[in-house]
Amino acid sequence: MDQDSFKPKILGFLCNWCCYAAADSAGVGRYQYPPNLRTIRLMCTGRIDPMFIIEGFACGADGIFAGG
Amino acid sequence: MTNATLESLEGEAGKFTAKVHRLPRFINEDLCTACGVCTMYCPVLVSDTYNEELAITRAPHKDYPQAVPASFYIDPKKCLFLNYETCQICIPTCQAKAIDFSQKEERLDLSVGAVILAPGFGRISDKVLARYGYGRFPDVVTSLEFERIMCASGPSRGEIIRPSDGKHPQKIAFLQCIGSRDITSGNGYCSSVCCMYAVKEATVVKEHAPDVDISIFYMDMRTAGKGFDASRQRARDTHHLRFIRSRVAEVRERGDKLRLSYADSEGNHKEDDFDMVVLSVGLESPEDAQSLAVTAGIKLNQYDFCDTKAFLPLDASRPGVYVAGAFQGPKDIPESVMQAIGSAAAAAEILHEARGTEVIRKEYPSEMGIAEEPRIGVFVCHCGINIGGVVNVSEVASYARTLKDVVSVDDSLYSCSQDSQKVIKDAIKEHNLNRVVVAACTPRTHEPLFQETLRDIGLNRSLFEMVNIRDQCSWVHAHEPKEATAKAKDLVRMAVAKARLLYPLPEQTVPVIPKALVIGGGIAGMTAALSIAEQGFECFLVENSAQLGGNLRRLKTTLTGEDPGQLLNEVETRARNHPRIKVYTNTQVENVSGYIGNFASTLSTETGSEVIEHGVVVVATGGREHRLKKYLYGQSKHVLTQLELEEILSSPEKAKKINEVVMIQCAGSRGDDLSYCSKLCCGQAVKNALRLKELNPAASIYVLYRDVRTYGFMEDYYREAREKGVVFINYEKENPPVVMPNDDKITVEFMDVLLGEKVKLEPDLVTLSVGIVPNEVEELAKLLKIPLTQENFFLEAHVKLRPVEMAVSGVYVCGLAHSPKPIDESISQARAAAGKACVPLSKGFVAVEPIVSSVGKDKCIGCGICESLCPYKAIHLIKVDKKKKAETITASCKGCGICASHCPTLAISMGGFTNEEIMAQIRAFGEC
Repeated sequence: MDQDSFKPKILGFLCNWCCYAAADSAGVGRYQYPPNLRTIRLMCTGRIDPMFIIEGFACGADGIFAGG
Repeated sequence: MTNATLESLEGEAGKFTAKVHRLPRFINEDLCTACGVCTMYCPVLVSDTYNEELAITRAPHKDYPQAVPASFYIDPKKCLFLNYETCQICIPTCQAKAIDFSQKEERLDLSVGAVILAPGFGRISDKVLARYGYGRFPDVVTSLEFERIMCASGPSRGEIIRPSDGKHPQKIAFLQCIGSRDITSGNGYCSSVCCMYAVKEATVVKEHAPDVDISIFYMDMRTAGKGFDASRQRARDTHHLRFIRSRVAEVRERGDKLRLSYADSEGNHKEDDFDMVVLSVGLESPEDAQSLAVTAGIKLNQYDFCDTKAFLPLDASRPGVYVAGAFQGPKDIPESVMQAIGSAAAAAEILHEARGTEVIRKEYPSEMGIAEEPRIGVFVCHCGINIGGVVNVSEVASYARTLKDVVSVDDSLYSCSQDSQKVIKDAIKEHNLNRVVVAACTPRTHEPLFQETLRDIGLNRSLFEMVNIRDQCSWVHAHEPKEATAKAKDLVRMAVAKARLLYPLPEQTVPVIPKALVIGGGIAGMTAALSIAEQGFECFLVENSAQLGGNLRRLKTTLTGEDPGQLLNEVETRARNHPRIKVYTNTQVENVSGYIGNFASTLSTETGSEVIEHGVVVVATGGREHRLKKYLYGQSKHVLTQLELEEILSSPEKAKKINEVVMIQCAGSRGDDLSYCSKLCCGQAVKNALRLKELNPAASIYVLYRDVRTYGFMEDYYREAREKGVVFINYEKENPPVVMPNDDKITVEFMDVLLGEKVKLEPDLVTLSVGIVPNEVEELAKLLKIPLTQENFFLEAHVKLRPVEMAVSGVYVCGLAHSPKPIDESISQARAAAGKACVPLSKGFVAVEPIVSSVGKDKCIGCGICESLCPYKAIHLIKVDKKKKAETITASCKGCGICASHCPTLAISMGGFTNEEIMAQIRAFGEC
């Protein structure tokens, strides 16, 4: 597949206290990044149960991002 | 209250009238949504002072994204309307109608009981900086400018470039002690923080650009704080930083480089070229220190910092006026935070009777019952043009209407505005909504506002879900409106899927037993106990040994001339006689159970065991002199520790017989027996040297040191010692002095780098600065489930921002148990620990966020995995009908969900983040 046509669907699990806050800061700083990511806010990445990741892939995610 | 200055302070402690002059911001804080559109349209360019004038902003601006309040203001010196009555272009651009040129300056009379001064620090003058080429050579920058250049949100977005040509510097020099330790600049003191920040800045550069060559020119590396030496060493070893012990004489321009001339430690003259020179500028007293001192009626010291006494480091000279931060003397973030909490505690001590008297409590209507099936309302926000300018809001709203169980959809210009709250409330009533979804900015700032709206109308606040379509969507996909709109729709769908499963969660509070346990009866423990008692709460003060006082009992003098004996007497008498303090000596803490608000501890006293109940714990278990087996300590009567010398010096007769002393600093510290620096030994050595010189001016004193760490105002005493003839000789770790027996006497041999030869002395005494070790606390740490550092000091919850709190709620630390430190810092920290400890005590309850975990007892098999993994000691096993079951300690739970994700039987659920809710979000994600 050529690189330009591949638009991966990425599911992100973001820790409220660090990565989610950082993603907010990226917004405040108007940093631009590709719009492929859909996020789920958690209170800690320690909340991530392996079944969330399996379910994510099963639901069609091309990649899963855990930010904590 | 910003843009405000103190104009006068009349009255007395407990009853002051403060006249405050407040200048207008010209932007209404309550209406401003901090969207930044006004800045974009303003035609006036203004030098950005927050970015050290390395960038440009506009007249209406906010200094930096995290500034408090989260609102913009207009620079009155530059605004065209305020100066020439023209323009006003910002007014129509602000859709929130927050710009208000009618605001006037105000004069307010505030009646207050106490005043805390925290004006920070000032700048080293350009005249001093000019000596190093600053102002003439563009690539000579101050460390503050360099900090901004390195910062991701700075003028070059974190790209390290030279101001002259925008090129990446390949070779950078840091010059230490600029405007510090330099009486010609008027500042005889050490600024305490510059060594550490230079190491930090150098490290950041190397992380960005590993090939950059960095040299740090220094006199002494004063990285004395907790963990600082380890950081410095790591930086040196990982990043190959060059440390050169020298004061640079001159900075010249040579082509496009800067040439530095200096003498190395052997005395050789050298020159070297650099691309960029960073001046590690010191901390000056604030520019308005003198006028503030007159207004507040307080004394300043000789350097125009707030004058305080060693045993009252937070008290300004006027009763009821306290001080915190760099205005009390140069200091770093953790020390400033400790003083800030400590001065708040000091204020609470004199004001505790007035606590809660001017509070208005908000009442909420009782919660309405909700129907079984979800009825969801979705509110999509335009945020002016912040969302609406990129995301097609009406398309998102129409899409939301198609989602299952959504019965009401609305879009608003600003969903956070007052009138929008009414719209939400009306919709809840009209459509009988039982779940609310708002798609707007970030829940981190705005979730509480909407939850409040729900509570106001009688809906449980846990029935709310927020979608971030601004900070994490429109702002970051500004040029891709189609994709941003698609993303917003997906996020709304995911939130609605979760909202469908939300259920009301109880508002829990846990009562607090209004008593404190303080473990350790040294100066830190006694100070903490007294502060807690003065703030109105009962306190158990438990001391291991037979008497209170700890190390203070052994001190005879302080560097600044106070009498430790008198302090001990006063504090001990006050503690023993205080009606709210119960003192236990010869008592050990055998067991601690419970959690914040509800601890029960077993004390083993001389007469038997006693169980006490308390809401909080302050750990002040202290430390002691390290005992080393080197330098003939314990073998020769001529070898003493500094404390032992201090004891001898308390008798002038004995002191007069001492004619020659060699002091060995860092004996056993900084990479020897102990890895760390004990922070107080250098000051102690200078103190004993000065004392001996006073009693016997003819005595010869040699101090063999690695770095003299007389930070802050201690530097004056170091200078005094040198002036009085005390000889300070540097040695390197690899080449330590050697102490040998010599019949009845003793010989010390060391390398004098400056002379370039070995020197042999036969002194009367060798005094060792042996450093501080913590007392045995492993058992206690296990009981409290609190982590220790590698060196067995208690590990605070956050090194910089929470320096007296522990990971476990309701437990606080101070004094030597935290890290080695001098008396004044122990006292500040003890008061800070007391301040934090009194927060739950004075509230009387711990409010539990509904996000805490809960255990389904039917599913729980009592395996205990959750208990072993919880970092907050917030879940434990209990017996229910003879079976082990896990139970959440809601007061301690932080809602992280580690327990839930590891439970093999899925018995643990997280409020607002249940497995079902998260799985529904994931499945909704899959529907796109």
